[in-house]
Amino acid sequence: MMKQALETIRTNAEELLKKADSEAALEELRVRFLGKKGELTAILKQMGSLSNEERPVMGALANEIRTALDTEIRARSKELADALMEARLVAESIDVTLPGAKVAQGKRHPFQQVLDEMKEIFLGMGFEIKAGPEIELDHYNFEMLNMPKSHPARDTQDTFYITENMLLRTQTSPMQIRTMEIQKPPIRIICPGRVYRSDAVDATHSPLFHQIEGLVVDKGITFTDLKGTLEAFIKKLYGENTRVRFRPHHFPYTEPSAEMDMSCFKCGGKGCSLCKGEGWIEILGCGMVHPKVLENCGIDSEEFSGFAFGIGLERIAMMRYGIDDMRLLYENDLRFLRQF
Amino acid sequence: MKLPLGWVRDFADIVTTPHEYAERMTMSGSKVEGFECEADGIKNVVIGKILSLEKHPDSDHLWVCSVDIGEADPIVIVTGAQNLKVGDLCPAALDGSTLPGGIKIRRGKLRGVESNGMLCSLGELSLTVHDFPNAIEDGIMVLDEEWPTGTDAVHALGLDDVSVEFEITPNRPDCLSIRGLARESAATYGVEFKDHTPEAPRGEGDIQEMLKVDISAPVCSRYVAAMVTNVRVAPSPRWLRERLRLCGVRPINNIVDITNYVMLEYGHPMHAFDYAYVGGKSIQVRMATEDEKIVTLDGVERALTTDMMVIADDKVPMAVAGVMGGEFSGIYDTTKTIVFEGACFDGPSVRVTAKKLGMRTEASGRFEKGLNPANCLPAIYRALELVKELDAGDIIGGVIDVYPQPRLPREIPLRPDAINKLLGTDVSVEEMINILEPLGFEVEKKALAGLFDKEHAYTVIVPPERYDVARDCDLAEEVCRYVGYNKVPSTIMHGTATARPSERQIFHDKMIQALVGYGLYECETFSFYGKKAWDNITLPETPPLRRAVVIPTPLGEDPSIMRPTAVPSLLDVVARNYNARVEEVAVFENATEYISAENPEELPTENEKFILAMYGEGHDYLALKGIVEQLLASAGIKNAAFVRNTDGTTYHPGRTADIMLGDVKLGCIGELHPKVLANYGIKPRTCVADISFDLLFEHRGGTPEFKPLPKHPAMTRDLALVCEEEVAAADIAARIQKGAGKLLESLTLFDIYRGENLGTGKKSLAYKLVLRTAERTLTDEEADNAVKKVLKNLEEINVVLRS
Repeated sequence: MMKQALETIRTNAEELLKKADSEAALEELRVRFLGKKGELTAILKQMGSLSNEERPVMGALANEIRTALDTEIRARSKELADALMEARLVAESIDVTLPGAKVAQGKRHPFQQVLDEMKEIFLGMGFEIKAGPEIELDHYNFEMLNMPKSHPARDTQDTFYITENMLLRTQTSPMQIRTMEIQKPPIRIICPGRVYRSDAVDATHSPLFHQIEGLVVDKGITFTDLKGTLEAFIKKLYGENTRVRFRPHHFPYTEPSAEMDMSCFKCGGKGCSLCKGEGWIEILGCGMVHPKVLENCGIDSEEFSGFAFGIGLERIAMMRYGIDDMRLLYENDLRFLRQF
Repeated sequence: MKLPLGWVRDFADIVTTPHEYAERMTMSGSKVEGFECEADGIKNVVIGKILSLEKHPDSDHLWVCSVDIGEADPIVIVTGAQNLKVGDLCPAALDGSTLPGGIKIRRGKLRGVESNGMLCSLGELSLTVHDFPNAIEDGIMVLDEEWPTGTDAVHALGLDDVSVEFEITPNRPDCLSIRGLARESAATYGVEFKDHTPEAPRGEGDIQEMLKVDISAPVCSRYVAAMVTNVRVAPSPRWLRERLRLCGVRPINNIVDITNYVMLEYGHPMHAFDYAYVGGKSIQVRMATEDEKIVTLDGVERALTTDMMVIADDKVPMAVAGVMGGEFSGIYDTTKTIVFEGACFDGPSVRVTAKKLGMRTEASGRFEKGLNPANCLPAIYRALELVKELDAGDIIGGVIDVYPQPRLPREIPLRPDAINKLLGTDVSVEEMINILEPLGFEVEKKALAGLFDKEHAYTVIVPPERYDVARDCDLAEEVCRYVGYNKVPSTIMHGTATARPSERQIFHDKMIQALVGYGLYECETFSFYGKKAWDNITLPETPPLRRAVVIPTPLGEDPSIMRPTAVPSLLDVVARNYNARVEEVAVFENATEYISAENPEELPTENEKFILAMYGEGHDYLALKGIVEQLLASAGIKNAAFVRNTDGTTYHPGRTADIMLGDVKLGCIGELHPKVLANYGIKPRTCVADISFDLLFEHRGGTPEFKPLPKHPAMTRDLALVCEEEVAAADIAARIQKGAGKLLESLTLFDIYRGENLGTGKKSLAYKLVLRTAERTLTDEEADNAVKKVLKNLEEINVVLRS
């Protein structure tokens, strides 16, 4: 009798389970068959009336049915949940190719980006970064740099004078002097900044431009050190395959003096429109600090030596980005600034 | 400096191509800018002979010529020129030829008659009558020399030499001469420098009886004079004209050409005076007197000052020494006797004079750099030699040479160890001597007086034209450039150095990165502008901002002051972008501003600023204020207040605030005044913030200190408040802060409402207060008490809970 009842419960439950299509229907089934007041429990309550032999047999059967039903309900429940999740994911699909939300992001000025890179390189080589006044004394801009009032080299730097003794610095070199006056060797500095020459504005000239001055003073600094340092700098800036060459030149505050060319980064030295077919690009001026300049700053030129260099920032930035007109750098058209 | 290669070969046997020459000279220290050959622009032009001339059948001005061009058959060329006759030799551009300026000549029909080329005029070959004095300007060039027909015209006209252009640095005035460059060329190529020493030519008579020279000016170290009489002014011979032309000097006549030729060869400017105009037969080299005047060769009357040196006769100045001659100092058709001047004037003196008079001439440019007085006499001799060679006149015997203190050769020690120490090289003393001697230095194995150590075993005698060489480093350069700058090794500096950016630099980069992160683009503008900029931003007439550094000689009218405020610079940027129809602008500049000192001889103060400017959708006052607040937060600056400022003229009086940190004004922020916008032609509302970087740095926050995360829950209370429109949000916030005291963790204004139900002139502000204490969980009662205090504080300024 009891066995039959149990089998009926199993058959009914399995029948209904097949039809259950929601979590609620499953819960209903669970309560009806497995709950505390459910059908299976009700039957188990009648176990007392069974004989000693039948009791364990029926008990086992009832437990088997309970376990089987419970497992099936859980499995069905998971099946339903999976289907629901599947449906939800399908329904929630979006066009992942729509444009992303706008993020406000500005940019640094192109030549500041180049300058940042150069500063990093020099910092790595142990150079401190210095800044100095743009309105400068003739004393620092010329006199102390071995260019007395009547020096013909002054003519190559058309100067904006403010008073007889004050001017807009024509170079960042006065920072050499200002540094040496207060700091004793060893000195390794660079000084980036604005400089001024009375040139009219055109595609390659500007009354205002930027220079990076460099200075090293220590015991036993040689011309070969100058070469090695600047070569290392250029290779870090333009790549290990860059070649350099040094040409004799003249600056009143260095002796020997040189100009450094680098192999054209566009054509690799074969000759192209950028390097005007020469394969070389003039990149900076440099030289061994003139002993008179050291002596002017109270540094013993027999004991110490050094080198200095000056790099034009605009030129480097323009070549890097292929900018053909210097005026663009100072017009700050956003259509220009956004490109870098 | 232009150098004809043919002229160099007078002094050194150099076989080379222009390209190779340019490369080698550049690397040995004489920088070549480029080279040109007149022949490069002329191709397939030959010497033709006119065999016959006939009137064109269909024209009254054209001629049909049969021209022998050295081929078996003559060719027909039609010309419009009227100066030809049978037998004339002239340049004929054949079919397919090229003329200067890239002009191509092709066979073609002229009124039905086929012309197989073109007969050329001087102009068509880019020549002038100065180059060929016997030719005419308005007709075909007829040669005055015999040449076989068919000869390449480039060769026949002497257009085939190459002129090399050098950039000569100011320390090498000796290289502003053919001889100087020839010496460098010889040393570069390792060949002998064949110097030419002109001889003192014999002449009739005695110059001492005809002329007297006195030097009273201290800035003239030497004055040499020679005289030539029975001057026969005529065109110079062709070889001389060609050389001048290749150097970019226009041939004039034999006398003038001789002075120019000698100037080019020796680098020493010369002058020729007409003896007839030398009053009192006396040349006086003296300083100008008070109120003295001179009319210079260019016809301009110039007032002289007492610091200017003149060449005068017994009464009036005939020339401004080393700069320019006076109007009567030239050579004329009537000139019979001339005086050649070869003098040495002090560089700085000539420089100042030329600058004061606004007259930079070829001569002054050379004197300025400091010339070698030893050159005066050879230059004069060379001129006389040429007078004789060109038969340009009869030389008068003797020269006058006033040279009070002859310049002695400079002797300096040769210290090989010091040179190698500076260069980082190991060049032997023999090698050094081998480099120095071809450059004109003499090296003697002797110690200078008083110097006896091993370091001073050798002495260098510096030639007078190389006064730039004075010490070890100068000799090191000579050695290094002839060893080869690229032959010496590259080394890594010894020793270690540690470097990092300064605290200010790190802070600076952080601020810039923050601004860029907020969407602003960095600008770079000029540091100067015209005074109109001040009017554009309606700057008040009173200092301090108008206490600007003025540039007395600006470029044109515009850039005349160093900006005391960079706001106009950024507004120019905004206006430019607005005109370029850029819809949205958000920019900043890390600008330097210049405030002049009380004492004009003291350096001005240079202040570093951040100027921010923006317009476009969403770029309003509050957006900019948000950026500024965030920037201040990045700087670690707390408790900055935005205080309404209604006084300004640049900004909208109702939309401007000063950014205050206690009593310190960090800057200001505001929407621009509509008048200012109109001045710049900017239509959209534009907001600007003007913040001192120096003050941000000074008041920057330190390293943040960690606070433990809260362990107890917070209480929140929302307050909807009503008040008069005029009440400032900052005042409400301050009172909430004060009322809630330490319990207030954060305060957010989350809604602003205006509506009829509130009544006119009223607004409602809704705040969320987050209250918490670290020690324990707050009770409702504690929170309510805090709110009560807040409301009591607010009531004092008539801010009440919205009912």
